[in-house]
Amino acid sequence: MSEINLSVNLCGIQLSNPTILASGILGTTKALLKRVAENGAGAVTIKSISIEPREGHKNPTVITFEAGMLNAVGYSNPGVAAAAREFTDLQDVGVPVIASVIGTQKEDFVQVVEGLSAQKFSAIEIPLSCPHTPGFGLLAGQGTPQATFDITFAVRKVTKLPIFVKLSPNIPEICTIAKAAEDAGADAITAVNSMGPGMIINVEAQKPILSFKVGGVTGDALRPIAVRCVYDLYKAIKIPIIGVGGISTGRHAIEMMMAGASALGVGTGVYSRGIDVFRKVCEEIRLWMQENGFNSIKDIVGAAHD
Amino acid sequence: MIEQPVMVKICDILEESPSVKTFFFKLNPSYEPGQFVMVWIPLLDEKPFTLSYIQEGLIGISVLRRGAFTNALHSKKAGDMIGIRGPYGRGFNLHTHSDICAVGGGIGMASLATLVDRLNLVSEKRQGTTTIIQGARTAAEILYQKRFGNMKLCTDDGTAGFKGTTVDLLRDLLTKQHFQKVYACGPERMLYKVVRLCKEHGVECEASLERYIKCGFGVCGQCDCSGQRVCIDGPVFNTEELSRMDDFGRITITKTGERVIHS
Repeated sequence: MSEINLSVNLCGIQLSNPTILASGILGTTKALLKRVAENGAGAVTIKSISIEPREGHKNPTVITFEAGMLNAVGYSNPGVAAAAREFTDLQDVGVPVIASVIGTQKEDFVQVVEGLSAQKFSAIEIPLSCPHTPGFGLLAGQGTPQATFDITFAVRKVTKLPIFVKLSPNIPEICTIAKAAEDAGADAITAVNSMGPGMIINVEAQKPILSFKVGGVTGDALRPIAVRCVYDLYKAIKIPIIGVGGISTGRHAIEMMMAGASALGVGTGVYSRGIDVFRKVCEEIRLWMQENGFNSIKDIVGAAHD
Repeated sequence: MIEQPVMVKICDILEESPSVKTFFFKLNPSYEPGQFVMVWIPLLDEKPFTLSYIQEGLIGISVLRRGAFTNALHSKKAGDMIGIRGPYGRGFNLHTHSDICAVGGGIGMASLATLVDRLNLVSEKRQGTTTIIQGARTAAEILYQKRFGNMKLCTDDGTAGFKGTTVDLLRDLLTKQHFQKVYACGPERMLYKVVRLCKEHGVECEASLERYIKCGFGVCGQCDCSGQRVCIDGPVFNTEELSRMDDFGRITITKTGERVIHS
């Protein structure tokens, strides 16, 4: 039996395995990124950074349900200046670190990318798809082909790092938006952000639980939708896809790669399987590959296509 | 498990001091000393509180009035409903066979109270002694005086017990008596000094930390302390763990997620 190789080259970034800590989960400090890397992630993404500090929504901000998680954290983050101080010497983390950058207008994205440019990030992710934070993502009208093109193009002009554009599963024409990102110079598509928003009401309190009332839906409930989005995108675009949505086991990971994902974001899985979900998923991928005669991740990517 | 608040009735309220009230709820899952629950007031906010009473079918939280949320809680009456989710976190590691000392500063006494209760509960099997040091600003703020008879007290103004800090009391005690374990909860600067003092005396320590907590179950990263999530890896950490946490006693995290010097 030849050695099974989980390594992936994503837009020139060498990853020891395809699992990536998705943005918004645990990415608040460099120490936590390092901890996630030690738990087997191939790369990690910081929690999204805006120009100004933001406290985000009040609690409750994150709850779970039978099929996943509902969150409206509201992009709490310390702002670009404090983030630049926090994320220094990123080689200490041990794996590539992706900067997630948010803004209301395209100039904001540019300012944050420039503000982080002295740090050793390996890529820039721009989520244009948050469903629950006024002034950002879908609630700022960023989920259109034109806005996606404009923001991606503006960021393209100020960075040589690979740009990942993170898209919403809500939008039927996700392929059109992905093409706009590709045309503007994006290097990969991260698919998908949380869906919804959804709402959970406590019937005794007779009130929605989240303080923002609605929040993005992730986890198991999102997975079939994410897989379908990745499957469609794989046919529509040439740049690689980072599949995100409900991956918490090796089988989920393989399913997402068969749909067309070259790498995998893991978020809610940190809740369902613990902080070592990355190592567990990798072990399960390896075992599956062994049992099914695969030696390389490359051979799995897109395997579900005709 | 589903991480959502369950609405429960406040079945009793106990005034512990002018600024601290204990709220009791009938809830029966298994709770460990040092664990916490998230308390939800619909339309207002949700905050973490350590359990200060764990009895058969009954839990209590002792709430210090210090902001909008705790003011709202203090205005609740018996019979009112609030939301509870949890329990969360890793509590204290019980050492029933050794001489232990519990050091509580201010409202930090709340999380040690259940630990002392639990040790008393197993008293027939217990071979060691339990010493309690409690520090408060002033005599009126001393907690659980009837609950625990013979506490060693200290106050900032000298109105009860020794005039000085819990660290002073512990330092003095450690020269006279050996403990296998010191448990501490209180302001982080106090905890830092307690842990350092215990190290000097070769005594193992467990301290319960406080951070701004959002999810409570280890995904949001808000409560980081040097790569440890206070909500799920803690809130109780032992000496060895704390010695690897550079932020302990030094740096905390604001609501925005910025790491700042501990006030």
